[in-house]
Order: sequence, then C-alpha cells, then structure tokens
Amino acid sequence: MSGEFLCLGIEGTAEKLGVGIVSAEGEILANLVRQMKVAEGIHPSEAAQHHATHLPALVRAGLERAGVEMRELSLIAFSRGPGLGPCLRVAAVAARALALKHKLPLLGVNHCVAHIEIGRLTTGAEDPLTVYVSGGNTQVTAFAQGRYRVLGETIDIALGNCIDQFARELELGMPGGPVVERLARRGRYLPLPYVVKGMDLSYSGLLTAAVRLAERERVEDVCFSLQETAFAMLVEVAERALVQAEKEEVLIAGGVGVNARLQQMLAGMCSEHGVRLHVPPGEVLGDNGAMIAWLGVLSYLSGERQRLEDTHVRQRWRTDEVAVRWR
Amino acid sequence: MEVIARGAEAVVYADGDVVVKHRPPKRYRAPELDEHLRATRTRREARLLALAKRAGVPAPVVLDVDPEEKKLCMSRVRGEKLSRLVGGMEVPELREVFATAGVLAGRLHAKGIIHGDLTTANMLLSGGRVYFIDFGLGEVSTSHEAMGTDLLVFRKCVRSTHFQQEEVILDAFFSGYRSTFAGAERAIEKMHTIERRGRYFEDRG
Repeated sequence: MSGEFLCLGIEGTAEKLGVGIVSAEGEILANLVRQMKVAEGIHPSEAAQHHATHLPALVRAGLERAGVEMRELSLIAFSRGPGLGPCLRVAAVAARALALKHKLPLLGVNHCVAHIEIGRLTTGAEDPLTVYVSGGNTQVTAFAQGRYRVLGETIDIALGNCIDQFARELELGMPGGPVVERLARRGRYLPLPYVVKGMDLSYSGLLTAAVRLAERERVEDVCFSLQETAFAMLVEVAERALVQAEKEEVLIAGGVGVNARLQQMLAGMCSEHGVRLHVPPGEVLGDNGAMIAWLGVLSYLSGERQRLEDTHVRQRWRTDEVAVRWR
Repeated sequence: MEVIARGAEAVVYADGDVVVKHRPPKRYRAPELDEHLRATRTRREARLLALAKRAGVPAPVVLDVDPEEKKLCMSRVRGEKLSRLVGGMEVPELREVFATAGVLAGRLHAKGIIHGDLTTANMLLSGGRVYFIDFGLGEVSTSHEAMGTDLLVFRKCVRSTHFQQEEVILDAFFSGYRSTFAGAERAIEKMHTIERRGRYFEDRG
C-alpha cells in the first residue's frame, strides 16, 4: 500500500455521515455510510450531534476496511457545501483536526460536483448530462468550458424533499421515498399541478396539492400521481437539456436515483433520443464518503490547494462556481 | 412536408410558407398526463401567439389549431435562433439584438403575457427583426411573480449557455425591458427575490 496516493473523504451535508478512502487510480478502498434515524425530518443540530458522535468510529472503521493507517494517507477531503450549516461544520472541524494532527493537506470540495464525478468514475460515463436528484438537491447539469453548467434546477424544494415531506405529512414512515414508491405500484393517475418554468422546476406547490388530495383520495393513487408528476417534470427538463446541450449520455446521481420508476422513465426518454443512460451502483448514488475522497483526489492532483483558514463551509455553494481543472 | 426542427417536445414540419408543429406522445410518462400536457400546450400556444402579435411582438401567425391531433399550423418565420447566432456576434450587434428582445419582453409583460420559456433558443432573428416563438409553457398573468420568473428563466439561460457574453446580453436586455414596461423595476426586483429564495443562491456580498 505504501507510496500510493490515498485520500480520505468525509461527507456530512445532511442526515448521512460518510467516510470513504479512494486511491489516485480511482479504486474505492472503503465507503462507509451511517444514517441517522429521521422520524420527523432532519433537525440540523441533531444531525450535527449525530455526526460528531459517530465520526471518530466511522473514520477508524474506514481505515480498517481499507487496510491502511492514518500515516499512509496523502490527503483529507470534506464536503464543504452545499448543505446544512451545523452538519457541514462538524465534517469541516473533523477534517481540519485530522489534517492538522497528521500533517496532511486538506481540501473542502463541492458535494454536487462530487456526485457527478463518482458517477463518471463508477459508470465510465465520459461527458454526460447529469440528472442529480436527492433529498436536498435537484439539478440538471452539463460540462461546458471548465464548469458544470446548471441547465435546470429546482427553484424551491428538492424532489426528494417533496416526496419525504409528503410521506411525513401522511405518516407513511421514513424514509419516504421507498414507501411512496411501493404504494405507487398499486395506484392510478389523478391530476396534480405540473410546474416547469423554462428549464427550472417547482415542487412546493405539488407537495401542498398532493397532501390535500390525500385527504379525499386513496393514498396509493396519490403516491402514484405524485411520482408520475414529479418525475415527468424532471424528465421533461432533462430531455430539453439533453437536446440543448447535445450530449450523448445521461447520468443519474443522488439518492432518489434508486427509484425504479424514475430510472424507467429516464431510460425511456434516453432510448427515444438514442443516448445511453448510466446508473451508478446504489452505494455511490446516495451521499457517501467515497465521492468526496474521489473529488479530493481529482482536485488535488489538478493543482488545487487550500489553506486551513480558507476552508470555511458554504451552505449554498453553487455547482457552476467550481472551476473544473481536471477535465 | 419536410422536418425543419426536432426539439425535445415537438417536431416542426414545413411546406412552403406554412409550418406545422406537432407534439408527439411521450411514452415515458403516464398517458393521461401526456395527453393533458400536449393538448393544453397546443391550445395555449395558439392563444398566446395571437395575443403576442396583438401586443406588437413579432411572432408566427396562427393558421389553425388542432388540440386533438396536438398540431398547430402557423406561418413560417425563416430565421436563425439567437442561441446559434450569439457566439458569432460582435458587441454592438449583441447590444442591438438583445435590447430589442428586452423591448419585446416588456411589451408582453405590459399586456400580461408570460412567455414561460424565455430563452435564446426561442428567439429568431429574421430579416433584422427579432421574433418570439414557442409559447407552449406560457400563461396570461399580471402578477409580478410570474414576470419575475420569466425574467429569471432568461437570465439563467444566458448564464448557463452564453456565459462569455453574459454581461453585454443582460445589460442590453434589461435596458430594453425597462424602456418599454412601466412595471419593469418591480418585475426585476421580484426576479431577484425569487432567485434569493432559491436552493442554490449564495450571497457573495
């Protein structure tokens, strides 16, 4: 192992805490995720407390899984944003402490860009249109001249948040995504607001309408209609972005990407356009530490350096602000 | 009829000076939703095109609309999309064209017409005139929220696709918009408000 460039990445933007170790060649040596139980949504300070409690053990477990010692690492990376402030700060503080103690360079990296890069690494996608959907994020991006340009995004809440909040309002159990997906299999279509503004999406009105509809209709039907409407909006934006950006591949990223119906709809759209759909393995679709480690590797080896005092967290850090020097 | 454009949601056929815009079914979405979206947008586009022309905005003339078949028959505007022209334009020309586009957007909003997809791919340059097309996502509304959203769509389009000429384009566009529409300041302020409450707005101040 010694002599190889290894990066330890810490992911902590929301309710999931992740530690990953990745080599410069893109080999994922460890990728451990610990999810806090969320019954009533994420309370940022509780999530931060969870992360602070469990991070030391998760780092040790990650090193053990990878079969490496702290001193064999070359770099520490952490999720600098976007995300929930208290969670981001725990990851940042832990990463800074590790870097100082073990005299390692430190890089804070962008969580959204990390999702794109781990998807490219694990699927072999070269230059995809990325459809990134999770509990906290919804973005359609494509690479152009040194940046991941945001072609479409939510203007209010994320798609995953919309489904989770719906499940919570109806007390269907958490996490909401899989429950709604299961119920939707026995549902039929009812009209719900479909809101696409140019290439942007709005899910807050859909959430309110779905909760109201559930007061008088079968929950299966509302789940089905919620998914159909929310996903159709996303796939429409992806389709228009695909035509506009003239890409030949589509990549799914983010935890909502595991939804079978969403994958089916995206696959249908892709086949109509004769482009390939890439779906990364489940363990790197949702938030994880390996993606942070891998983006750390890419950033560091393309020359990025940060001084410790310049690694403050950025809660609303935009994807298109990151200079992509490794492509 | 020959196919002259194949977009994400429609195929456009041309025969002489007439074009037919057809919205074919999307099999990836629920059939009821698909039917509703295609019929609504076809009808809405016909109505808004007529209103836009009355507001003094150059646009295709609607000749026939068939919501059953999801077909819209219009006069043909022989021109090039601004999205394709921007890269080859010099600053003075950019200024002139986008000041005009801003004036047209101002005329629409002054009459309560929201375009819904105000991007450079939906603006044609033909014989020195700027035409607006593709009103399928539009609506009739006098709310500043709707106008602000319309403006934000345009600004984001410029930011994501014409980032090298972003400043010139936006300056010209908003000066044209302000010069035409009395409610411009409120709509622009609303655009900033909508952007600030967005998921990814980072205060750089």
